[in-house]
Amino acid sequence: MEILMSVVIGILFTIATYLVLSKSLLRIIVGTGLLSHAAHLLILTMGGLKQGAVPILSENANSYVDPLPQALILTAIVISFGVTSFFLVLAYRSYQELGTDNMDELRGNKSYE
Amino acid sequence: MNNFVILPILIPLLTGIFLIFLTRKVNVQRIVSLISAIISIVIAFTLVIEVKTDGIQVLQASNWDAPFGISIVADMLSALLVLVTSIIVFSVLIYSFKHIDADREKFFYYPLVQFLIVGVNGAFLTGDIFNLFVFFEVMLMSSYVLLVIGGTKIQLRETIKYLLVNVIASALFVVAVALLYSVVGTLNIADLSQRIAEVEQPAIITAIAILFLVVFGLKGAIFPLYVWMPGSYYAPPIPILALFGALLTKVGIYSILRTFTTLFYHQPEYTHSIMLYLSILTIIFGCIGVMAYMDVKKIIIYNIVVAIGVILFGISVMNTEAIAGSVMYTLHDMLIKSALFLLIGVMIAKTGTSNIKRMGGLMHHNPLLGWMFFIAAISLAGVPPFSGFAGKLMIIQGAFKAGHYAGGIIVLFSSLIVLYSVMRIFIYAFWGEKKEYDLAPEQKKDNRFLMLPIGILIAVSIAYGIGTEAVYTYVSDAVQVLMNPSDYIQAVLKEG
Amino acid sequence: MKTKPKTNDLILQTVTKVATFVIVLFSIHIFFAGHYTPGGGFIGGLMTSSAIILLLLAFDLKTVKAILPVNYLLLVAVGLVFSVGTGTGALFFDAPFLTHAFEYFDLPLFGHTSLHTAVLFDTGVYLVVIGVTMTIIQTIGESE
Repeated sequence: MEILMSVVIGILFTIATYLVLSKSLLRIIVGTGLLSHAAHLLILTMGGLKQGAVPILSENANSYVDPLPQALILTAIVISFGVTSFFLVLAYRSYQELGTDNMDELRGNKSYE
Repeated sequence: MNNFVILPILIPLLTGIFLIFLTRKVNVQRIVSLISAIISIVIAFTLVIEVKTDGIQVLQASNWDAPFGISIVADMLSALLVLVTSIIVFSVLIYSFKHIDADREKFFYYPLVQFLIVGVNGAFLTGDIFNLFVFFEVMLMSSYVLLVIGGTKIQLRETIKYLLVNVIASALFVVAVALLYSVVGTLNIADLSQRIAEVEQPAIITAIAILFLVVFGLKGAIFPLYVWMPGSYYAPPIPILALFGALLTKVGIYSILRTFTTLFYHQPEYTHSIMLYLSILTIIFGCIGVMAYMDVKKIIIYNIVVAIGVILFGISVMNTEAIAGSVMYTLHDMLIKSALFLLIGVMIAKTGTSNIKRMGGLMHHNPLLGWMFFIAAISLAGVPPFSGFAGKLMIIQGAFKAGHYAGGIIVLFSSLIVLYSVMRIFIYAFWGEKKEYDLAPEQKKDNRFLMLPIGILIAVSIAYGIGTEAVYTYVSDAVQVLMNPSDYIQAVLKEG
Repeated sequence: MKTKPKTNDLILQTVTKVATFVIVLFSIHIFFAGHYTPGGGFIGGLMTSSAIILLLLAFDLKTVKAILPVNYLLLVAVGLVFSVGTGTGALFFDAPFLTHAFEYFDLPLFGHTSLHTAVLFDTGVYLVVIGVTMTIIQTIGESE
């Protein structure tokens, strides 16, 4: 199961890299979303999958899943939720102000001098 | 258990929340932020003294014992960095009163600065690698908004790039943490240090170490990951630029310092020699940038790159002298960079341009500004009585002692180039005939008030330079902990 | 502003009127369930804000603002006060930051219940999530 998940994570990273390297701002945002998903899946996989119990730890539990990766993922998801939504608003505002979502056109150094 | 350690994080956080309620009352916001900044300085100062007398201070948040809970740890390094941060924030806040326009002030400028400080202080004080990630994100979130408020075209464009670079860096950070967790099964820095020492850093941990170097290097702007910085830092107004330039990159460098002395110190022939080459390349590329531009902002921004290179060089040499030098130089650089940014802010406000070719004769307008710039410039280059000297000297001493002669000589030469770059600003902008600048009437402001915060920073920096001996007794405590991770481990894990 | 083509959203509006209450109630249930079972402030907050977004879809921004005249940014601040305040409260009892306390009480309607200071913390999270989500949606939605 871990190996399968690793392959899935690899594929996600590949797609994310492809999208982040594209020119359209919206695709880049989707790419960053996939990138953070892949990272979260990696935490889950690295914490060990499927150990047949809930991640709640009581003193006499026979078996339990390591709760820490789950706490980490929740935190990371909340953070990436915030960042992605900020990125969306920013992209929208820039599209209104600058009139383009093409990264090639955003590149220029025109206003420096 | 010592709740005092959390206060440098908690006070800005509470202030920031409180300020959101006062959005429309700019004057009240100013007063509240200023009071909070003063309290922060007092607390940071007390913390330094407490660490000096009683050793490392630890708080196990929520009463969960380490390594299960989150530890907040103040050793001497963290305490000193927090102190310098609070001094810089105090000065930059005073500067902002006259320099930030009313629109930005009404649009949550002051709360955002407080949240930025929460992230910065949190990153300095946390004893947990995932918590470090969280505080990084707090800091970055506020920096995104600070970068974009005002919403000019160049700001929007540069924020997109800055945001994208940091989102990718954050994803890599999460990946690095996940891999580290899968190998050693813990995230507490003290516990990690112990476990990594037990398994003697196998190859996988070395690979993870390099991943961490990439992540922190992106924030700290080392070669070849600094390319985003000159563009992004160019966009925001001067006080924000001063905060970013003085604090954000230093958080990256602090994280490298902490992880590569406490965690990944078992394979220095691999990890630290990569760092060595990167640091030298960082210095060289920084020097090229410093000489290439005629724009004051760009010159000082590239000076950050040079300084990062020098500090990283000290870390990668990894002996007591060099690490002490790096710590000294980091503290000095935070103070002097913020002072320099504030100074060029006044120059730009006076002349209406940031191109040094169009400036000239500013000495006639404002001699005080000229002399302050001169002091800041030579102390940036590391001329003896001033603050940059001791740190650089110790880094070079350490390098020679470890046999890195070429590196040491490059650091020496970089000082010359830094001196050249800032003197060039001085000569172009301050010497020469008195010029009249055609400014729009709303741009003509009284800049005398702005000299106060700059004066504070310069005074602290001079005191730091003259009192190097006294400062060194504190820095040596910090280095003691960095060179002997067992002290750190004992303090965190024994605390119940 | 372009004149919008007439749409027939009678079904959506009617369903929304009922569904919103169901969603909000369920989100409150999830919020309280979060103490010993899956759920909690974050999920609850997201569900509540999704209910408000459903209202936004069915009606328009003006109507929703009339129904819920809330400044969402202030809501974020209030939420933060709850969360950070709960954590800070521990300092006054000489306990480490964020330490929480709980006690069992026999309440009239609920029977034997545990009251937890973490509920206050979670209330803060709940409010912050609603505030942040709605601020984002409004920022994008306002300038159509």
